[in-house]
Amino acid sequence: MSESSLRRTPLYDAHLKAGARMVPFGGWEMPVQYTGIVEEHRKVRSRVGLFDVSHMGEFEVDGPGALDAVQRLTTNDAAALEVGQLQYSLLCYPDGGIVDDATVYRLGPEHFMVTVNASNIDKDWAWVTEQAPDARWRNESAATGLIAVQGPRAEALVNRLADRDVTAIGYFRFARGAVGGVSALISRSGYTGEDGFELYFDVKDAAAVWEGVMKAGAPYGIEAVGLGARDTLRLEMGYMLYGNDIDDSTNPLEAGIGWTVKLDRGDFIGRDALLRIKQEGLTRRLVGITADGRRVPRHEMVVEAGGRPVGQVTSGTFSPTLERAIAMAYVERGSAALDTALDVVSGSTRIPARVCKKPFHTGGSHK
Amino acid sequence: MSYPDDVRYTAEHEWARLERGLVTIGVTSYATEQLGDVVFVELPEIGRKLESMKPFGVVEAVKTVSDLFAPIAGEVAEVNTALADNPALVNQAPFGDGWMIRIKPADPTAVQKLMSSEEYSRMIEEHA
Repeated sequence: MSESSLRRTPLYDAHLKAGARMVPFGGWEMPVQYTGIVEEHRKVRSRVGLFDVSHMGEFEVDGPGALDAVQRLTTNDAAALEVGQLQYSLLCYPDGGIVDDATVYRLGPEHFMVTVNASNIDKDWAWVTEQAPDARWRNESAATGLIAVQGPRAEALVNRLADRDVTAIGYFRFARGAVGGVSALISRSGYTGEDGFELYFDVKDAAAVWEGVMKAGAPYGIEAVGLGARDTLRLEMGYMLYGNDIDDSTNPLEAGIGWTVKLDRGDFIGRDALLRIKQEGLTRRLVGITADGRRVPRHEMVVEAGGRPVGQVTSGTFSPTLERAIAMAYVERGSAALDTALDVVSGSTRIPARVCKKPFHTGGSHK
Repeated sequence: MSYPDDVRYTAEHEWARLERGLVTIGVTSYATEQLGDVVFVELPEIGRKLESMKPFGVVEAVKTVSDLFAPIAGEVAEVNTALADNPALVNQAPFGDGWMIRIKPADPTAVQKLMSSEEYSRMIEEHA
């Protein structure tokens, strides 16, 4: 994709001003880092970091049939959500492959917001409107700004800026309010393993919110955080990245996110296939691995056990918290048990590794 | 951006400096900016013979991995052992304490055939 066709968030200028290094990501020109991935990562684990995630997509659906549409399209049980609550969920194809992972917000009894990955907005929009054409869908992606305030000091910071008591908002719950004078949906959620908030607001307010949070966050030690640290933070938690760990060729059960698939609550797209896969048993599993040295297993490297290929790495990085290499890989069931010795192979390089528990990092501040 | 003019450069973003018969080799500040935080540097054994523009080591950064290429042929005389405990030196001082190896050059005049700082700057600008 040529540079000129890359999309920019409303905070593009703010990133340049903050000295960000911009890179193409899923069709967007996004900040990969400001001061450095390791430092930004540690700020989020120890203090608070601010992320621009305005590139993500937001679809709203409302009116009679909205709940039915969400129930048909997603694998989790949206009927179990109270108004003011959100859940992690998946959109699946009829064969059980994953269209996208998403968060589903219940804004009203028959009013939902579905937040989807930036690189999948067009594909997802076509999918939901094709599969649930009678529901009233609105694609709010371009009209919506989204930032994430994440870290152990996020609660104190957002509470200082908000016109309501955000300490009363429970984990994976949300409320409407004003943040720094700007009307926002305040969601206690994130992708880092730390306590924090995701703030949705009108795109025209993006620069004001960003500057307001950065300014008020100075005494809390806030730092802008790029996609580089967003990836290392999520990987330490074993969270999925669509396109790496899950895609249309993987199913939720083998990815270890079967808890988002509620097979007993009625029909949805992919249910029959997932029931069958569950009955027949899994052929492979997405496991966590740690490497013994400091060589890092990377995306698409081959995994061997006893000299035989048994799988492939989906995501890998140096973990700033654990100070060693961590990765996730699909491996055959026979090689998926905890502590199984593996080799990650790339050309002439062999990286000795071992199956380990996920999350890699425990003890984050999220509640 | 300007680059030190007491070293010579390769298109693979290594630098080489001839001093007292040995050639010190490292990566440029442009390379470290592209790599991001360096977390591990794999360097050759002392005594290993290096061929010009063949890989002699590896730099692991958080997000990416990159081979290191020998700017000229020679034999490894010294490696920067400080990088084992503190690979961040490569980011902090790529032309100084973040150096990687010293080699006994097969042909000391080979260094002068590498790019000057001016030529290297121009190459970066043209690719940016």
